[in-house]
Amino acid sequence: MAASPSNQPIRRSRPKFLDLLAIRQPLAAIVSILHRISGALLFLALPALIAMFGLSLESPAGFERAGQLMLQPMIGIPLFGLAWAYLHHFCAGIRFLLLDMHIGLDKVGARRSAVAVLAISLGLTALLAAKLLEVF
Amino acid sequence: MRTTTGAHYGLSDWIVQRITAVVMAIYTLIIMVALLCGVASSYERWHAFFSLGLMQFLSFLFAVCLCYHAWIGIRDIWMDYVKPVWVRLALHSLTVLALLGYADWCLEILWRL
Repeated sequence: MAASPSNQPIRRSRPKFLDLLAIRQPLAAIVSILHRISGALLFLALPALIAMFGLSLESPAGFERAGQLMLQPMIGIPLFGLAWAYLHHFCAGIRFLLLDMHIGLDKVGARRSAVAVLAISLGLTALLAAKLLEVF
Repeated sequence: MRTTTGAHYGLSDWIVQRITAVVMAIYTLIIMVALLCGVASSYERWHAFFSLGLMQFLSFLFAVCLCYHAWIGIRDIWMDYVKPVWVRLALHSLTVLALLGYADWCLEILWRL
């Protein structure tokens, strides 16, 4: 290595590219941040979810009321968002537990399980929606 | 002797977060199976299911696990993004109080069954 002048600090212009919105994130990173976002959403929705649970168990009328509320778009659509949040948090959580046990740490396996988490949680949400809307 | 550097709650919280996750995952599977068996088809079945002693216990266990799990997760979010100590302390306090309230609320719902 060439010696630099002793009184001059070495300056190297290293490429810095930390615009998180411009970097194309790997799928595992997307699963990870969605795990955090879904967890935060579920936390924020807890009072509404507990209230709904309480209402459904209160009385036959309350049970009917809870069922009607779920079919109202203003409540039903956010509820499906939360169903997705729960299912994503569940699937991604299982993936993280497996990674903790050093299962699926290789690049191909990790990518494959990330795809599986995204697909299974979206698929289950769609299935739940279809079931509740009595498509089948 | 007790070490005075660092709080040393990181590892035990990390483990608790995972144990509570496993408990909640098992409860989730039980609920999924129950839903597939049509437990939500009528108020009578829905009420009878959650009135079972075992389900009352498991549901309360779930609520406690959820609150502890959420505390660790939400605390991590505050620690990552909120730097001013007083704001962070306030958010931590509000989170703990909210979660304790939610746990009590769940207990009351299950108690009345």
